[in-house]
Amino acid sequence: MESEVKTASSESPVLQRDPTRSFQDMILTLHDFWSANGCVILQPYDMRMGAGTFHTATTLRALGPEPWNAAFVQPCRRPTDGRYGENPNRLQHYYQYQVILKPSPSDIQELYLDSLKAIGVDPLKHDIRFVEDDWESPTLGAWGLGWEVWCDGMEVTQFTYFQQMGGFDCKPVAGELTYGLERLAMYIQGVDSVYDLAFNQHGVSYGDVFLENEKQMSKANFEVFDTDLLFKKFEMAEAECRNQIANDVPIAAYEEAIEASHIFNLLQARGVISVQERASYMGRVRDLARGSCEKYAELKAPEWAEKYPEWSLL
Amino acid sequence: MADFLLELRSEEIPARMQKGARGELEKLFRREMDAAGIGAGVASGDLTVWSTPRRLALIARGLPTETEAVREEAKGPPVGAPDQAVDGFCRKNGVDRDALEVREVKGRETYFTVIEKPGQAVTDLLAAAIPAIIRDFSWPKSMRWGDASISSESLKWVRPLSGIIALLDGEVVPVVAYGIVSGNVTRGHRFHSSGEIAISGAETYAGNLREASVIVDHEERAAIIREGARKAAEAAGLKLVEDEGLVVENAGLTEWPEPLLGRFEDDFLDVPPETIQLTARVNQKYFVCEYADGNLANAFICTANIDAADPAVVVDGNRKVLAARLSDARFFWELDQKKTLAEHAKGLERITFHEKLGTVADKVERVAKLARWLCEEGIVKGDPDLAEQAARLCKADLVTEMVGEFPELQGLMGGYYAAKEGLPVEVSDAIRDHYKPVGQGDDVPTAPVTVAVSLADKLDSLLSLYAVVGPPTGSKDPFAQRRSALGILATEQQNNLRLSINAVFDLLFTSAIDLQLEKAARSEQDSPANEGKSTFHDFREKRRADGSSPLEILVDFVAPEGGLDRESERLVAKLRMSKRAHEAIQIGFNYGVSADKQADIIDFFADRLKVQQREAGVRHDLIDAVFALGGEDDLVRLLARVHALQAFVETEDGTNLLAGYKRAANILKKEEWESKDVSYSPEPAEKALIDALDAAEPKAATAIEAEDFAAAMSALASLRAPIDRFFEDVIVNADEPHVRAARLDLLARFRDAVHRVADFSRIEG
Repeated sequence: MESEVKTASSESPVLQRDPTRSFQDMILTLHDFWSANGCVILQPYDMRMGAGTFHTATTLRALGPEPWNAAFVQPCRRPTDGRYGENPNRLQHYYQYQVILKPSPSDIQELYLDSLKAIGVDPLKHDIRFVEDDWESPTLGAWGLGWEVWCDGMEVTQFTYFQQMGGFDCKPVAGELTYGLERLAMYIQGVDSVYDLAFNQHGVSYGDVFLENEKQMSKANFEVFDTDLLFKKFEMAEAECRNQIANDVPIAAYEEAIEASHIFNLLQARGVISVQERASYMGRVRDLARGSCEKYAELKAPEWAEKYPEWSLL
Repeated sequence: MADFLLELRSEEIPARMQKGARGELEKLFRREMDAAGIGAGVASGDLTVWSTPRRLALIARGLPTETEAVREEAKGPPVGAPDQAVDGFCRKNGVDRDALEVREVKGRETYFTVIEKPGQAVTDLLAAAIPAIIRDFSWPKSMRWGDASISSESLKWVRPLSGIIALLDGEVVPVVAYGIVSGNVTRGHRFHSSGEIAISGAETYAGNLREASVIVDHEERAAIIREGARKAAEAAGLKLVEDEGLVVENAGLTEWPEPLLGRFEDDFLDVPPETIQLTARVNQKYFVCEYADGNLANAFICTANIDAADPAVVVDGNRKVLAARLSDARFFWELDQKKTLAEHAKGLERITFHEKLGTVADKVERVAKLARWLCEEGIVKGDPDLAEQAARLCKADLVTEMVGEFPELQGLMGGYYAAKEGLPVEVSDAIRDHYKPVGQGDDVPTAPVTVAVSLADKLDSLLSLYAVVGPPTGSKDPFAQRRSALGILATEQQNNLRLSINAVFDLLFTSAIDLQLEKAARSEQDSPANEGKSTFHDFREKRRADGSSPLEILVDFVAPEGGLDRESERLVAKLRMSKRAHEAIQIGFNYGVSADKQADIIDFFADRLKVQQREAGVRHDLIDAVFALGGEDDLVRLLARVHALQAFVETEDGTNLLAGYKRAANILKKEEWESKDVSYSPEPAEKALIDALDAAEPKAATAIEAEDFAAAMSALASLRAPIDRFFEDVIVNADEPHVRAARLDLLARFRDAVHRVADFSRIEG
């Protein structure tokens, strides 16, 4: 052996991008598609969160009158969904692909269907349906109407027209598309276990990348996290959030709300929050998230109102 | 005469809202046409309303093209009236003063105006009507969207509204509504058709859409699904499990429905068939199939919205999704069985039944006591131990994974798990069926242990909730109290149970209070700070030794000065006990303050009984007539008496006796008569009535004692001839006061005798 380190360029053939044969090609294809359609392509938010909706590019940007079109992958943490790598469909860490289009364009459904075609879903071969599914996040003081999109009976995307965020009417309304990347890829690649997904076209599987993480993190989430520390962390995040709000720094406050929300999820996974306490913790997280959104909206409102005379916060 | 087509195209309308939307569209269209004065022309047969997920369509046939000209006259003030009045009249009618006519009315010169309303083009009326229909359209949930939504005042619709077709006899009715311009084009199937398609008129609309792979008539789509699913099952040698709700839902999810049959792995049939059916139906909207022997088959039927290039691909995708769902179901099924029901039941301590009544575990405790008592008293001929065991486990499945996922399976899953555990079949059946009857027409339990648990559960819910929230009001019944009462009545009647509501009330309230006192004492003792001691525990033990009832103990502890009232509620709030002990006392208090509500409860039952019996043809006034006697809290006995009474009052004897009774009662009421007990030698007609009463009274009393109500009625029947003769032969209002008094006395005796059987004054007619 001349070299112990193989480089992709020297050893592997250069393959055409194929979203039906690699997880990362699917993501890159979506990036290309939405980039060509005017979206800002962002990188994931650098915090642990339960859903792409928590990304400030979704929540905070859904507020106010300014147009905003963005697409990004967001890793999502659902500690209670961990299965130690033993369930082919459930993960405590997975990816969502988020697209946010504000105001919602009149051809948003057609754009979405074109994006499915781009990654290899042919709607004349597969039964695509828009099935009623409304969305509500009491934590964010947010709700919207829309659908879950079915592909041969499988939910592949959550499609929502945001009506309220942080307790404020969305003016204008944003359309949010959330693709479940792993299940979509499993469908397109025709595999029954998420760990069998081809991550790239060079023999690396999803399991190669994430199986060990799932095993360790499931153990950490369910068995190891020090609950006394978690309770302290929750309170610290809560206190910091209030501090930032009091000092008019809503983005920093909002990050603390995200943190508190994740800590709460970990406490749930550790099974130390009773049914009665659960509601109270959720209320506390809600107050933080809404407080941050409110502060953000209040802070920005004069600027927005000046630029958009037809707009008002309330 | 002209035909009108309206299509409102939108993004996918939820299936469950489409029926209501069709009704709304028809209602608003009629409203607008009525307002325009052409409502009468729109007969119901001339109006068609269709829906698909992506459009609402209305066709009105035979509209006029123009409304008729109308000439209206209006009378104004008299000539010479103040200018103000005349100007006001002109303004109101939109005419100049010069245009007024002067006519003579009753000798006075008076202003008149004649308003000519020319006929209006119906196309103009429709153009005005369409935006109004869209504006006033009511959806269960609606939303804003797009650029316009920068204002909160923008149009709200179920999902974005994207197009309007408005054609009157093929001509576009020009409308601009909320930024959408009407036209004659629409879109066909989302995938089988591309671009816009032109519609020439109402007659060709459905045909044009069919060419674009859209079946616009929702009933036709439903028929395709119904028939297609049936045939697909038959072709596979199976029988479709019919589900009309699913037919309608799938018709609301498709424009071009294609039912397709698929198979799932046989192994999944190990889990209870109800869970498979529910997963398939609720999560995936699939039909399921049976073998000829009625067992569930490993097949499903999905309804695709495309004429798929290769249906097998679509079926296989759906199969995988169902398999993942069924794996979850099997996972829950197996996981739940890792604990016994008794272990699951401990989790009920974490579930609140009602904030003022404590947890479901508390409820289970009460139900277990009551179920046992029902058997021990011989009211239900079941084994008390089995009844108690079943009651203790009957709610355990509420904390299982499976019921968490599918709440509809409560009871059923508990029954399965109990059977798997090897518990006696009486117990597993009772757990399974104790919610029955769920509504009218549902099976009523007859197995004794099931009857005991079912009855105890419903009695507890009804009486406990009555204590803290009172009866349901209006049409609302948030705690299903009316349904519980009807379930109790049906179960008692079906099984001919003899049950005193008062006795149940006493037992339930006493044990509920006692349970909470026990919990309070235990919490105090368990509290680490108390080192096993509890003032309350000691207080309770002392009073128990005195023979005090739980209610007395509670009253003396909380409000030694007097009974329980709002003042003592504040006292409870101030009790310095541990939080848990305090909560327990508070719950006990909630029962305590309602300990005198028996009479209200029985009235509530009487009302439910009337509603229930109305359908069976039993007269509500007869139920009142028996209830009015008071003291009756056994509903089966009461009903037997009502039945006998109804049979009697419908005979000739009964009708005449009722007439005689009313005559006697009226006389006595007018006189405000009180018995004088005078001595007097009666005339023959009086003597006959006295003799008849002497014979009938003991007979009726004995019969009532023996609950032979038919015999009691026939004893009354024997009074009919004598009372008729009495009224014929005897003048009550005799001149001699003592004769008159004696006769009134006799009438009073007659009235009272009748009264002992039923309060005839309540009977109508």
